[in-house]
Amino acid sequence: MIIAVASGKGGTGKTTVATNLALVLSWEREIQFLDCDVEEPNAHLFLKPALESAEPVPIPVPQVDLERCTYCGICADVCAFNAIMVGQETVLVFEPLCHGCGGCAYFCPEKAIKEIDRPIGVIERGDAGEISFVHGKLNPGEALSPPLISAVKKTINPAALTIIDASPGASCPVVEAIRGSDYCLLVTEPTPFGLNDLTIAVELLKKLHLPGGVVINRSLGGEGEASIEEYCRREGVPILLKMPWDRELASLYARGEAAVEHLPAWRRLFTGLADRILEEKKEDR
Amino acid sequence: MKLAVCAQNEGLEAPVDQRFGRCPYFVILDSESGELLKSVPNGGVSAAGGAGPQGARQLSQEGVEAVALGHVGPNAAAALKAAGIAVYGGVTGTVRDTWQLFSEGKLPTVGEATVDPHHGL
Repeated sequence: MIIAVASGKGGTGKTTVATNLALVLSWEREIQFLDCDVEEPNAHLFLKPALESAEPVPIPVPQVDLERCTYCGICADVCAFNAIMVGQETVLVFEPLCHGCGGCAYFCPEKAIKEIDRPIGVIERGDAGEISFVHGKLNPGEALSPPLISAVKKTINPAALTIIDASPGASCPVVEAIRGSDYCLLVTEPTPFGLNDLTIAVELLKKLHLPGGVVINRSLGGEGEASIEEYCRREGVPILLKMPWDRELASLYARGEAAVEHLPAWRRLFTGLADRILEEKKEDR
Repeated sequence: MKLAVCAQNEGLEAPVDQRFGRCPYFVILDSESGELLKSVPNGGVSAAGGAGPQGARQLSQEGVEAVALGHVGPNAAAALKAAGIAVYGGVTGTVRDTWQLFSEGKLPTVGEATVDPHHGL
């Protein structure tokens, strides 16, 4: 089973939810944690895995043999990303624009294009207590994270319960991170921004046919929260947990500590959340 | 030869646009007579990425040999060079004003990128 943790808005507490949930689940089950927020992975700060290996992850980019090239321009015609440009006596490859689809090499009538590996980041693995931990780290300046996220997800162990920490937003990296999961938590906050970005994330789950539920962080009651509750009711999306505003939680977070390891009240909240998710999925524990 | 001017609209009276990759139109005219040949919508305007290279490719397909622009990014500059298109900077006023300056030899040639990628996005 795979549980993804996403959010429309950034900074709502995705990693806090993902790491604390993974910890409470790991007391009873085999847990694998994948940090797929490869642009800014930070779950390792809380789970503290002993990272053992770093494997480079490449994408294939074209290399043009100008001896064979006839400058016909078919490679540039098929490239959807303007990553290859056929000039008068030269062919330019804009590597950062290339998505590695291989279309140019496939369609080149002269077989003048071969694909070479260009590293875009690394995968690191290690154990964090009972949790098997994996994350991707995108090289600084790289624009394309989905191929790296996909490589992180290739490590999924079907025998374990896998928790995926996605990046914020609702664009390609999020789609890549959460698709194929069995359940998706959406973490939001009771502000107009939180609600706006939550609606986008809920629309995304619908498009992907993913069941999901909402966690409201920094819950204080009030108007902002009422509008999120109203929205969830209208959309039929369950609210699984309201995380109270708690200075102690913030202070633990700032020290890189997980709340469930220190605060019994939070242990109960997250055990409750785990139960709700498994209930929603109607899976026997 | 065919000269393209980065513009906000069609025709000789269109105001120029300081961007290359994302300017709405390329107005193509005869560099000697200043006669309007064609105004083509820039296909790169809505490109997710690579607008500069796409613009260079489009101009190359139109048989353009020189382009007058405001700013040019590194990918576009490399692509224009590869396409053998001469680059002139300093567009100002309307397309006609810019042609006037060009014909008087008052537009500076541009060899390299003048701005970072995505400057005018």
